[in-house]
Amino acid sequence: MNPSNSMPPRTIATDGDGFSLHPDDLEAIRGELHHFEQPQAACVEALKIVQRREGWVPDGAIPAIADALGLGPATIEGVATFYSLIFRQPVGRHVILVCDSSSCFLTGFDELRQGLVDQLGVEFGQTTEDGRFTLLPVCCLGACDGGPALMIDQDTYGPVLPKDLNDLLEAYP
Amino acid sequence: MSDRRKALRYRSRILQSEDERRPETHPLTWRLHDDGRVVNLEDYRAQEGYEALEAVLKGDPKAVIAAMKEANVRGRGGAGFSAGLKWSLTLQGGDMPRGYLVCNADEMEPGTFKDRLVMEQQPHLLIEGMIIGAYANNSKMGYIFLRGEYVECAHVLNQALAEAREAGWLGTDIAGSGFDFDIVLHSGAGRYICGEETALISSLEGKRANPRAKPPFPGQSGAWGKPTVVNNVETLCNVPAVMLKGSDWYQQLSGDRTDDGGTKLYGVSGPVQRPGLWELPMGTTGQEILELAGGVRNGRKLKAWLPGGASTGFLIPEHLELPLDFDTVGKEGSRLGTGLLTVVTEDQSMVSVMRNLEQFFARESCGWCTPCRDGLPWVVKLLQALECGEGEEGDIEMLAKLAKDNGPGLTFCAHAPGAAMPLETALKHFRHEFEQGIRHPRRAAHADPIPVGEI
Repeated sequence: MNPSNSMPPRTIATDGDGFSLHPDDLEAIRGELHHFEQPQAACVEALKIVQRREGWVPDGAIPAIADALGLGPATIEGVATFYSLIFRQPVGRHVILVCDSSSCFLTGFDELRQGLVDQLGVEFGQTTEDGRFTLLPVCCLGACDGGPALMIDQDTYGPVLPKDLNDLLEAYP
Repeated sequence: MSDRRKALRYRSRILQSEDERRPETHPLTWRLHDDGRVVNLEDYRAQEGYEALEAVLKGDPKAVIAAMKEANVRGRGGAGFSAGLKWSLTLQGGDMPRGYLVCNADEMEPGTFKDRLVMEQQPHLLIEGMIIGAYANNSKMGYIFLRGEYVECAHVLNQALAEAREAGWLGTDIAGSGFDFDIVLHSGAGRYICGEETALISSLEGKRANPRAKPPFPGQSGAWGKPTVVNNVETLCNVPAVMLKGSDWYQQLSGDRTDDGGTKLYGVSGPVQRPGLWELPMGTTGQEILELAGGVRNGRKLKAWLPGGASTGFLIPEHLELPLDFDTVGKEGSRLGTGLLTVVTEDQSMVSVMRNLEQFFARESCGWCTPCRDGLPWVVKLLQALECGEGEEGDIEMLAKLAKDNGPGLTFCAHAPGAAMPLETALKHFRHEFEQGIRHPRRAAHADPIPVGEI
C-alpha cells in the first residue's frame, strides 16, 4: 500500500511520535489529579508541566497527556489551542509578553513595541533567528501603574522605555 | 541583577504609608508593610488575624450570611452583586452535596491591578475570608483561580497556604470546630474570558473557557454540577473585618458618601503624575482620586476616563464630582467595575483608544456567541478605517448598531456587553472625533484601485 495515498490528513497527533512524558512530569500530573473531582481538570496544569520542561507542547505530548489522564487527544488539543499561554509551536529560550491593553496603550505601548521590533528584528508571534526571544502580546498584566509593562519569562517590568531594552534584554542570554 | 534592571522590576504597592492606614478605617490594607514585604502568618496572627474565623466557627453559618447581607458587601470584581445575597442563594442542606468556593483571582480587566497587591503582600487575609465563606456556604473545597502571569502571587499564596495548613487553619477539623476545608491554588494559562464566573468554572474543570448559560446559576450547579460560590479576591478580603467588627461598623466606613458600605481599593493608571492604588471609603469621588494621583501628566487636560476597567463606559470631566459607587456610576451610563480609573488626555485620540479596546475584546472573545465572535472583529475593522481617515458614511451608524447587537442579554456572558459599553459611550460623548475619520461619502467612487498582477 502506498502510504502517501492511505494516510488521512493528520490534524491531531494520535500516536506518541516517539514522545514520552518524563517520569517526573508523569508523577506531577498524577499528583494534580488529587485536587479535582474529575481527571480532565488536571489537563491545563499537565500542559503547563510539559511546557516547563520542553519550552512548548510538542505534538507527541498531546496523546501522551491524554493517556495519562484517560481522555481523548482531541479534548487535550482543544484545551491546548484555547489558552494563550500554552504554546503549540516552538518558542525561543525566552518569551517576551508585552501588555497591549488600554493603560499601557495610553502610556507608550506603541513606542515600546516598536523598540522591541527594531531591536529584535521580529514582529509579534515570531521568534528571533538565533532562537533567543519570542515576542508576543498579552492581556493587561495588572501592572497598570507601571505602564508600559512587559514580562520576560517569569519577571514583570514596568514602566519600560525603549531606551531600557538593552539593559533588560542582556540579562536573558 | 544589574541595578538598572532591578529598578525596572514591577512591584505592586499602595501609595498610602503605614501611618495613614488604620485598623478602624482601612480593613483591607492596614497590616501592609511600607517596604512591601509579605505579611506572614506570625504578623497576621498578631494583628487580629484569624480571630474572625475563630469566632465564626463557634456560631451558626447562617449568621455569617445574614451579617454579609446586612453589611451589603457588593462584589468587587466589577458586577457589584451583594455577596451576602449570592451566598444566601447557594444550595445547601442535608440532601445537597457539599460544593466549592472559588476565589476569582484571574485579574485581567485592563486597567486593574488591585487583587495582585493583596495576594502578593497579605495572602492570609484572603485565605481567612475564603474559610469563613466556605463555612457559610458549606463548601468542602476551595480553589483560588489565579491568572498564570501572577507568578509572584502564586509563590506567596502557596507559602501562605502551607503555613495555614501547618497551623491548623486548613484541613480537617479546623480549630476544633469539626469543619473540614482546604484550598488548592489553580494557576491559569491566559485568556481574559476565564474571569467570567461560568467560564472560570469551565476552565477549572479543564475545559475550554466557554461561558455557560444562566440559570442554573453556579450556586445551584457550578463546578462538576455542585453548588459553587465564585467571589472576587477583594470581596473575600472584606469578609474577616465584617465578621469581627460588625455590619454597622462596615456601613459607617463610607460615611454619608453612599449607601454602599466599606472601603474600596481605588486606583488610577494612564498618563497621570502618580499612578497608583489607595484604600479609600466607598463613594470617594473621581476628583479626589485623581488629585491623589497628582493630576494629569505634563499639564495636559483630562478628556475622558473609564471608572473601572475596559468594560465600563467612558465618563467625561464633569462626572468627576460623582461618588464612585455602583448605583451612581450606573445611572451615568457606565459601571463602577473594578474602581480603578483609566485616564485619557486631551491629546489622545478617542478613535485610537477605542480601536485598542475593541482589538482586545475581539481577540479575547471565546468565540461561542455569534454577535461577539463575528461582530467585534467587524467593529475593529470599522475603527481601523476611521482611525486612518478611510471611513465611509454609515460607518458610525454601523458601529452603533454593532454595539447594540452586542448589548446585555444577547450573548451568553458579559464579554460582548462589556465591549459595547465603552463604544456606545465614546460615540455618545465624542462622536465628532469618529466623524473626522470619514472620507468617502456613501456610493461615491473611491480612488482608482491599484491593478494586481499582469493583465
